[in-house]
Amino acid sequence: MKCDIVLAGVGGQGILSIATVLGFAALENNLYLKQAETHGMSQRGGAVQSYLRLSDKPVYSDLIPFGKADLILSVEPMESLRYLPYLSPNGYVVTNTTAFRNITNYPEIDLIMDEIKKLRHAVAIDAEAIAKEIGNAKASNMVMLGAATPFIDIAIESIENGIRAIFGRKGEDIVNLNLKALHAGREFAEANR
Amino acid sequence: MTKKLLLGVEAIGQGAIDGGMSGVYAYPGTPSTEITEYIQENKVAIVRNLHREWSANEKTAMESALGMSYAGKRSMVCMKHVGLNVAADPFVNAAMTGINGGMIVTVADDPSMHSSQNEQDSRFYGKFAMIPILEPSNQQEAYDMTRTGFELSEKLGTPVLLRITTRLAHSRAGVIPVEKAVAENKLSIPDDPRQFVLLPALARKRYQILLDNQVKFEEASENSPFNSFIEGEDHSLGIICCGIALNYLMENYPDGCPYPIVKVTQYPLPSKLVKKLEKQVDKILVIEEGYPIVEEHLKGFFDQGKKILGKLDGTLPRTGELNPDIVAKALNINTSEGSPIPELMVNRPPALCKGCGHHDSFKALTEVMSEYGYGHVFSDIGCYTLGVLPPYNSGNSCVDMGASITMAKGAADAGLFPAIAVIGDSTFTHSGITGLLDAVYEKSNILIMIGDNESTSMTGGQDSSAFGRIESICEGAGVDPKHIHAIEALPKNHRKLVDLIKQELDYKGVSIIIPRRECIQKSARRISKSKNQ
Repeated sequence: MKCDIVLAGVGGQGILSIATVLGFAALENNLYLKQAETHGMSQRGGAVQSYLRLSDKPVYSDLIPFGKADLILSVEPMESLRYLPYLSPNGYVVTNTTAFRNITNYPEIDLIMDEIKKLRHAVAIDAEAIAKEIGNAKASNMVMLGAATPFIDIAIESIENGIRAIFGRKGEDIVNLNLKALHAGREFAEANR
Repeated sequence: MTKKLLLGVEAIGQGAIDGGMSGVYAYPGTPSTEITEYIQENKVAIVRNLHREWSANEKTAMESALGMSYAGKRSMVCMKHVGLNVAADPFVNAAMTGINGGMIVTVADDPSMHSSQNEQDSRFYGKFAMIPILEPSNQQEAYDMTRTGFELSEKLGTPVLLRITTRLAHSRAGVIPVEKAVAENKLSIPDDPRQFVLLPALARKRYQILLDNQVKFEEASENSPFNSFIEGEDHSLGIICCGIALNYLMENYPDGCPYPIVKVTQYPLPSKLVKKLEKQVDKILVIEEGYPIVEEHLKGFFDQGKKILGKLDGTLPRTGELNPDIVAKALNINTSEGSPIPELMVNRPPALCKGCGHHDSFKALTEVMSEYGYGHVFSDIGCYTLGVLPPYNSGNSCVDMGASITMAKGAADAGLFPAIAVIGDSTFTHSGITGLLDAVYEKSNILIMIGDNESTSMTGGQDSSAFGRIESICEGAGVDPKHIHAIEALPKNHRKLVDLIKQELDYKGVSIIIPRRECIQKSARRISKSKNQ
C-alpha cells in the first residue's frame, strides 16, 4: 500500500484537521507516514499545502516528488489546480467547489471549474452545502475527507476511529456530526466518481 | 513504547524533556517556535516545572540558558536562524567558557525563505564557534540526538549546536520515545571558579582549551552512532549526504543506492569516513541543505583533488531547499511532472487578517503619507510587514528585528522628513527599546508607531514580556509623556488617528503613537478555549 496525498487550501481553512484524522488512521494500521505542513507566514490567508505520505514500507522524503501524488485533496477549487505537477497520470483530484476569495484578481469560477472538468479523474463537491444539510457548515472539511476516502486504501472504520479520537474531547454531538459528514462526502464521491 | 506522531520540532521538545533538561529559553520564530510550545504543554514538563517561559529576545535566551548550565543543570535555547545573529555574542563566547550542565543550542534554518528574510546556514556559526554540530536526518533522530545531546555536551564540555531546516521542523512522522525521562541534574557550581570569566588572561587559556578540544570533537563525530558509511557497488561516484538530504537521495533509490554514501549528521566532518569514500570513488557529490559548507571545505581553494560536485558547479541549485526532484536531476535520473498548472492560476500571498487592528493603523498612516509621497516609512518584522503589500503599499524597509526605529533615526539624521518607524509590540520588546534610547538621547525627529496587538502574532500569538507596559517603557526610556499617545485601533477612531499622526509629525523630537487592539486570531483562540472548558 502506498498513498501520497497533497492536501491544499488557504491558510485558516483548517486542512490540518484532515491530515490529523488520516494520521491517526495510518498509525492504527501500522503504516509508515510522513506529513509535511505549512506553518508561518502563509497561514495568514496564503496558499497552504500539506504533503501526506502513507505506505506499508518506510517513507524517506517528507516531500512528494513531481508526478507521484495519488490524490490531490483541496478544500478550495483554484488551489486544487496549483499542485497538478505533483499528480500522477492515474491520480485523482477531489476538490471543494466553494471559492475562497481573499484576493482581488481571483479568476472566474466557471473557468476554474472548466479546468477541473478537463482532468482525467476529478470529483468536485460542494462541501459547505452538504455540511449545512446535515447540520453544520463547519463540518465541511470532514465532508471533503469523506469524498477522498474511496481513493485512500485505509478501512473506513479506521478513519471513523480517527474522527472519534480527534473530536472526542468536544463531545459526542460533534463526533456524530463529523461522522455523518464523512459518510455524506463518501457517498457523494462514490456516486460521482 | 508506543509510537507518537510528532513534528520534527516536537520530537526535539520531547527529546529535551526525556534527556533531563531543566529549562528551555526561546524567542518565537518560524520554523522553531513549536519546540518551546510543545514543552509548555507537556505534562512531565509541567509536573517538573521546567523553565519554559518566552524570553525577550534570542540573546537574553542564550545567556539565560548559559546561566542555567553554569548552575549545573541541562538547558536548551531555541531560535530561528536569524535569531542566532542576535545571540551571536553569547553563542561564540559560550564556546569559549564551555559548560557545566549540558547545553544545546537549537537553531532552525529556513532555506527557500518560507517565512524569513534570508537563508543563512547555521552550520557556519557552529564552525565559527568551533563546537560540535548535530544535524538529524529524520524525526526519530531529531528526538534521539536531542535526548543524548546533553550527555554529549557534558562529556565534551561544550555547548552543542542542533541544526534543523524547515522541512524536518514542520513534518510529522512516527517517533518511538524512551519509557521514562532521565532525572534532572542537581544544582552545582563549576569546579573552576574562573571558568566563565573571559578576562583576556583567562580567555587565552580558555581559547587554548577550545582549540585542544577540536581533536575530541572530531573523535566524537567519527564514533557517533548517527554518522555512517553505507557501502555501494558502483564506485564511479560517492555521495556525502548531510542531514535530511539522505531522504531525498533514498527516495530516488528505494531498493538501495548503487553508490557508496557517507551519512553526516554530526560535525566536525568525520574525516575517516570521508577519506575512505574519497579513496574508493572517482568523484564525490555533496548533497547538503543550505550553504555549500561541506562542499567548499572538501574542494579547497586550489581544487586539485578528485572532482567535487554540488552547488558550486551547478550540479545542484545554489538557492532554496532541496527536494527529491532536484536530487534526481543531479544524478541524471528521469523525473516526470504531472500536468502543468493552468494559465488562469494566480498567486495567493499572505495578507493581514480580516478585522485586524493593523488595517486601521495603515489606513490612517497611508492617508497622512499621501501628502509626502513614498520613501518615509521604515517597517519591521511581524504581521504588519504585510502592510508593505497592496492595498496599503506602506513601508520601505524590513531588515531585522528592531531596525525600523534605528533606520528611521539614521534617515532623520541624514535629513529625511518625515521619518516614521512602524513596529509591533513584541518586536519593540525584542530589539526596539535600545534604539529608542539612542533616538531620545539625540532628540531625533522621528515618529514611532507601535502597533500593539498584545501578542507575537505571526508565530501564533505568544505573550510578549512588555505586555501592558509599552507606555511606561517609552516614558522610562525618556520620551516626553506629552508625546506618547495610545489609541484603540478601530475604524471609528480613523479621523482621530489621522489627526494624531499629523499633530506628532509637527513635533520636532521623538513621538510615540500606540494603536492598540488585541490580535483577532488571539481573541478567537481565547474565546474558543473558554467555550471548550
